[in-house]
Amino acid sequence: MFKTFSRSFFPAAWLGWQIESNWTDPFLFLAFSIAKPIASVLILVFMYNAVSQAGPDSPIYSYIYLGNAFYIYVTEVMAGASFSILDDRERYRSLKYIYIAPVSIPIYLFGRAVARFTTGTIAVVITLVAGVLFFGVPFNPLGVDWPMFFAALALGIVCLAFMGIIIGSWTLIIRTEPWFVGEATAAALYLFSGAVFPLSILPVWLQPVGFLLPMTYWLELIRRALLGPGAAAFPTLSAFSNAELFGILMLIAVGFGIVAFVAYRYFDRRAREEGMIDAQSNF
Amino acid sequence: MSDQPAIKTENLGRIYKIRGAKKGEARQRVALADVNLEVPRGEFFGLLGPNGAGKTTLIKILTTLLAPSTGRAFVAGYDVARQPQEVRPRINMVSGGESSGYGLLTVRENLWMFGQFYGLDTKTTYARIDELLQIVGLADRARTKTSDLSTGLRQKMNIVRGFLTDPEVIFLDEPTLGLDVGASRDIRHFVRRWMDDRPGRTVLLTTHYMVEADELCDRVAIINNGRVLACDSPANLKRRLQREAIFKLEVSPLRNGVLAAFEQLPGVRKVVHSPQDGRSELDLILEADEALGGVVTALNTHGAHILNLQKREPTLEDVFVDLVGMSMTEAEKAGEQELMGG
Ligand SMILES: Nc1ncnc2c1ncn2[C@@H]1O[C@H](COP(=O)(O)OP(=O)(O)OP(=O)(O)O)[C@@H](O)[C@H]1O
Ligand SMILES: [Mg+2]
Repeated sequence: MFKTFSRSFFPAAWLGWQIESNWTDPFLFLAFSIAKPIASVLILVFMYNAVSQAGPDSPIYSYIYLGNAFYIYVTEVMAGASFSILDDRERYRSLKYIYIAPVSIPIYLFGRAVARFTTGTIAVVITLVAGVLFFGVPFNPLGVDWPMFFAALALGIVCLAFMGIIIGSWTLIIRTEPWFVGEATAAALYLFSGAVFPLSILPVWLQPVGFLLPMTYWLELIRRALLGPGAAAFPTLSAFSNAELFGILMLIAVGFGIVAFVAYRYFDRRAREEGMIDAQSNF
Repeated sequence: MSDQPAIKTENLGRIYKIRGAKKGEARQRVALADVNLEVPRGEFFGLLGPNGAGKTTLIKILTTLLAPSTGRAFVAGYDVARQPQEVRPRINMVSGGESSGYGLLTVRENLWMFGQFYGLDTKTTYARIDELLQIVGLADRARTKTSDLSTGLRQKMNIVRGFLTDPEVIFLDEPTLGLDVGASRDIRHFVRRWMDDRPGRTVLLTTHYMVEADELCDRVAIINNGRVLACDSPANLKRRLQREAIFKLEVSPLRNGVLAAFEQLPGVRKVVHSPQDGRSELDLILEADEALGGVVTALNTHGAHILNLQKREPTLEDVFVDLVGMSMTEAEKAGEQELMGG
């Protein structure tokens, strides 16, 4: 068990890091790690200023800013894990050789997801620093509940990696345009996870989607840890204590873990039946 | 399980669904049918067949990448469909004609990483990498980025990756495809030597180069259209044709259609015609030397001049012709035409 874990996880994380940090061109590195997150945050800041009369002092402002910043992890970790399995298959033509090795593919993907977490962190930190320095996001390092922050962050990343495993194994059996599935899912779930507006704004019949997603609770916990009492900008989850939110997130993590396991078993079987493990999708 | 054969298949079959088949076109293709093979440990086993014969399909099933449609297959005694986790630590595979690997990693890093997937410790891995790179003549490229290697060198790295884990059973799917003569020879020698140094290791090699099968393999299965037509040692396969006389003829160009007449001549088993520029090459399988007279007479009546005539020993290609009724090249063309719906 432990052996399978270590020989799947560590080389995968190492490979992921090699790929993600392969910035032979420092200009590209700057463009991707700084310009991209800053641009997306600027859009949000301008939209906020245009629409809201409340100004940057309102807790709603930091609610939105932080939600947006941490959502970067969703795209990086979840979409990244699912992207890497296609990358291995079609770009490096090596998925079949990894597949026949005595590794666990879900754990391998988990390793690749963790590597994405590392590079995602660069973008998140840059966005946060820019927020504090230039965009008036209130932040007091002494007021932050760091243990809670790191606990929530770790739990959230595990959930995102599970979701990446589900989407990644699903993309194995998609014949046309599997490349967009990961990012499309991340973009679609943006709506439901309370990143920029509270769930209560959604139509009632759509709200359950949001309540089933780990991101909803994860972002709330991250905000509470960073902002303290000021986090209660929206009342959606204010009835829950921190401990309760952790409990829910933990349950959801276990749930997604089970779903990821079952989904992988199912899609792996289908992929082998249909000969998809070394297939090339239509370009 | 070490008393179990290295490879065993029972009525193994594979059918591919054809997506987007139009009305009137076939909706599925039988890639393998009723394959029964048993390869004992320590054997160098070859699969010889034309393009589309089903060689890669068989390898994919045996390496746990593809599920069989019918029948069962065992590697080292374990069912490839039900116990892939038992099969995988014991095998490895190398396919030719593709460039795989992470271009941004160096040769050494690529190989080290694959060693990690098999749980090899770093010291052993590097020792083996250095040794194998030396043997295939890639030692001076160990620190080159894979993306900077030529196709042939990349294939050598791929071969090292396959042998790095010292597998009980290794599957080589046309490993020399696309390599030049020298590199192919190096690789054949390497594989042969690897086998000789390690009794009990098993190789399954697919190829459509008959020389490769003849030179390397203890036993060869001849496969066409998904079916195994014969399986024996190269010597025994050729012995089937021992009573026949085989001639190679070069004549001035022949018109189409005259060949059918030749096959009607008494004592003529099979004629394979390969047009070259400015002449025709004929391979004749005759029941006895005496039948040659009739062929020569027939050539004269068609106004063809004999440029060269040679009696030769049977090859595996002749065995294929004898079994299938056409040469491997003809079988490939026939397969293509079938695909075009012709
Ligand atoms: N994914 C697939 N979908 C449909 N048909 C397939 C698929 N893969 C292979 N086939 C068909 O199955 C048959 C056997 O193919 P296979 O690749 O096993 O042949 P091969 O002996 O390896 O040929 P080659 O020498 O060209 O590599 C061929 O007719 C091929 O077209
Ligand atoms: Mg093939």
